[in-house]
Amino acid sequence: MEIQNYSDVMVFVEQREGHVQKVSLELISKGREIADELGARLKAAVLTAGLTHPVHSLIELGCDEVILVEHPILEPYTTEPYTKALTEVIRAHNPEIVLFGATTIGRDLAPRVSSRLDTGLTADCTKLEVDLENRNLLMTRPAFGGNIMATIICPNHRPQMSTVRPGVMQMAEPVVGRMGVCRNFEVAFSPADQHVEVLEVVKASKKKVNIEDATILISGGRGIGSPEAFPILESLADKLGGTVSASRAAVDAGWIDRSHQVGQTGKTVRPDLYIACGISGAIQHLAGMEESEFIVAINKDEGAPIFDAADLSIVGDVHKIVPELIRILPELGNRNAQ
Amino acid sequence: MNFSLSKEHEMLRELYRSFTVQEVKPLAEEIDEEERFPVETVEKLARYGFMGIPFPKELGGSGAGNLAYAMAVEELSKACGTTGVIVSAHTSLCAAPIYEFGTEAQKQKYLPPLAKGEKIGAFGLTEANAGTDASAQQTKAVLQGDHYVLNGSKIFITNAGHADTYIVMAMTDKAAGTRGISAFIVERGFPGFSIGKKEKKMGIRGSSTCELIFENCIVPKENLLGKEGQGFKIAMKTLDGGRIGIAAQALGIAQGAIDETVKYVKERKQFNRPISAFQNTQFELAGMQTKVDAARLLVYRAATLKEAGASYATEAAMAKLYASEVAMEVTTKAVQLHGGYGYTREYGIERMMRDAKITEIYEGTSEVQKMVISSAMLK
Amino acid sequence: MKIIVCMKQVPDTNEVKLDPVTGTLIRDGIPSIINHDDKAGLEAALCLKDQFGAHVTVLTMGPPQADKALREALAMGADRAILLTDRRFAGADTWATSLTLASAIRKMDYDLIIAGRQAIDGDTAQVGPQIAEKLSIPQVSYVEDLEVEEGQTSIIVKRIFEEGYHRIRVKFPCLITTLAEMNTPRYMSVGGIMAAYNEKQVETWTLDHLDMNPDHAGLKGSPTKVRKSFTKAPKAPGKKFNAEPDAAARLILDALKERFIVE
Repeated sequence: MEIQNYSDVMVFVEQREGHVQKVSLELISKGREIADELGARLKAAVLTAGLTHPVHSLIELGCDEVILVEHPILEPYTTEPYTKALTEVIRAHNPEIVLFGATTIGRDLAPRVSSRLDTGLTADCTKLEVDLENRNLLMTRPAFGGNIMATIICPNHRPQMSTVRPGVMQMAEPVVGRMGVCRNFEVAFSPADQHVEVLEVVKASKKKVNIEDATILISGGRGIGSPEAFPILESLADKLGGTVSASRAAVDAGWIDRSHQVGQTGKTVRPDLYIACGISGAIQHLAGMEESEFIVAINKDEGAPIFDAADLSIVGDVHKIVPELIRILPELGNRNAQ
Repeated sequence: MNFSLSKEHEMLRELYRSFTVQEVKPLAEEIDEEERFPVETVEKLARYGFMGIPFPKELGGSGAGNLAYAMAVEELSKACGTTGVIVSAHTSLCAAPIYEFGTEAQKQKYLPPLAKGEKIGAFGLTEANAGTDASAQQTKAVLQGDHYVLNGSKIFITNAGHADTYIVMAMTDKAAGTRGISAFIVERGFPGFSIGKKEKKMGIRGSSTCELIFENCIVPKENLLGKEGQGFKIAMKTLDGGRIGIAAQALGIAQGAIDETVKYVKERKQFNRPISAFQNTQFELAGMQTKVDAARLLVYRAATLKEAGASYATEAAMAKLYASEVAMEVTTKAVQLHGGYGYTREYGIERMMRDAKITEIYEGTSEVQKMVISSAMLK
Repeated sequence: MKIIVCMKQVPDTNEVKLDPVTGTLIRDGIPSIINHDDKAGLEAALCLKDQFGAHVTVLTMGPPQADKALREALAMGADRAILLTDRRFAGADTWATSLTLASAIRKMDYDLIIAGRQAIDGDTAQVGPQIAEKLSIPQVSYVEDLEVEEGQTSIIVKRIFEEGYHRIRVKFPCLITTLAEMNTPRYMSVGGIMAAYNEKQVETWTLDHLDMNPDHAGLKGSPTKVRKSFTKAPKAPGKKFNAEPDAAARLILDALKERFIVE
């Protein structure tokens, strides 16, 4: 089919056990922007066994049409029924763009769908723009392990497909009373569409990771004052999906086990985020963490050498700042939409 | 003359490096502090074929040759001199003489467990009164029917206590001087064989260095290695090969010290800049690396000659002499460049200096190496 | 049991540094490694070889130097190694890559295909599922654990999600993508390295060996194209603030948001 016969933007609205995922709301907001630029409509494809989230809120957020595929085979998520359903929806609607959240579901589903449709897919986009000259979506993403950024286009195939990570796009304000339609879409599922058997569904929090593998470390030093401060750091680590580590001073003082020690006589770490709390930054400590991607240092002492190594230095009291940070963190955290 | 390594050797080096960084380095400080033989590391070394690198596959080895073996000892020693000498003594001083001088039956019996690392080897030549003057052997071996009876003792034996197989030199004919010394394969468990006191040492403290005690020790006749009277020659040839291992150990210790120092001088700031910016630091490092590279070429040359079946004793002596002296010099300078921190046990550099010293002494002191080299020159 | 492991040789992107003066990537001298997720998959396959005597083939599409990654796999214990290499494969996006790999796989017998979840240079996580689609076989991605069922015709895997996991049964033939967290890969052995270079070989296949439309290979066959690439701004010097707790917390949160650090 000719490229010009594809139009409109579609968002795959991901739900789990009926709960719409926040990333999909972020993508609807972005999808609305893109659709406006293109002078096109925005559609949402919802695949579910039963939605608890009200459909009209998707419309208020910017969808012109919600396409609802409802069937028990769609819970829990398995690849084939979702691929089959979404491919049929796309073939019926011919969107020029389809957006997915880059979640453990999106990154399993989007490639399979793109391959079935023989079209291009770009993963983990951090920026989406439109080239109005040719209606190409400009998809910018990190490459080479995050060391460079690349802008990708899919000039000759439709739909153009992208996955976007949660938290990258901003969720817009809903327009109360906005009008749109919701249509049921029938897909003829059969048991033969189920290619795997789900034996067990287990909810579990991520297991404790050792500090060398952690991507986020909240590290405590002598400046946190006492072992009683570590639970607060633990709490911050939990909320961020990170792990607690420590300087040698804290370990020698018996406040935490040696396996958490970062530094010359401890472990060398290179997390994406290292928050140093009450750590002075002696050379032996720096040797163990200075390669961290982003270093935040909080210390009462303005002259602490750790500030020379940090990207973001805060002169202040760890005991006041960390609880405050924990308090405002929910802005980032919750995957499920409220 | 080809100065580049083959693809296999490049890949072997990568294996040695990743194994050393992940398995050996994390334990180096602890086994030195506790004077503990790293049993768990030896098991892993065995699993990956490090305990029989130069020996043929048919005899349980890895079939990789002598250069590959020297490189392994070098890489292991960069992180831990103790681990390097465990492999070196086992391979060059015990497995090698069995491979080179043993009968088919002895090779089939003893080599596979040693090459696979299921058993550990050691070499007993040195005695309280026979160090550099190795020929002054007092341990005696008397043939009695189908066995020999050994009486005497050995000191400073590396791997003793953990080894299962020992190559032991003993006097079978006092009147014949060095031609009266014979070599025996002695197993832990032979009646009358026990391990004596464990030495407390300056360095390579994780290496088990003990006395061997023979009190009417019964050694089956079949365990005579080579012929009666060949023991001294076997010991000397064995040490020729062992020198390559020790030279590789010294080389590794020296390079490891340089690598740590380079990291340190880039981090350490004084007078508002890293000390790597000062010309003294730069010039010292340049001199150190040049000497270590020269040592490396000597070690690799000796290993390559041995692998090719060519004569190599002089070259091995040169490698050992030079590499050990360089190791001592480089580690001393490395401690100096670390300043006060270099003297503390928080940093591993002082351990490297303590480890380096023994390489100038064992398996033939530097003085002995000079004797070997000059005697070849003045023939 | 016949297993094919799809592997990629990648630059060790953790070791990449930016030239502080020009702001460009220093690509020289970056060591090449077997991608971590793939290596875990290879280790899983080798464990199945240890347990069940499975036959393990490793397959890579790449430039000639990818031979080294395949030798490493052979040195770890793989039985057969195939390098798909051809100038015409260059510039392939994930669609063209997966089509090429699937075409190669079609020439072989297999029960299980294992691919790593994603490569540390491309980071797309697309090739595995796309291969499965082209071969019309079931896929399970994000596998952290697997066991073979009695009869050796199906496996039960632990499939990770953000909030937990599923235990899933899938019959052969199928494809799984593996996570580096799944296991600690074995080292090569000394003897294994010697065998990899002296006894085993790396088979080289080009586009001509494959039954596929040549226009679908490489840059030519790729639906997606790179319009431009640029380095991120070099790490700015650190910023220091004296701030009240609420302002301080806000500064930190904003920095975290900006860097997409939180999932």
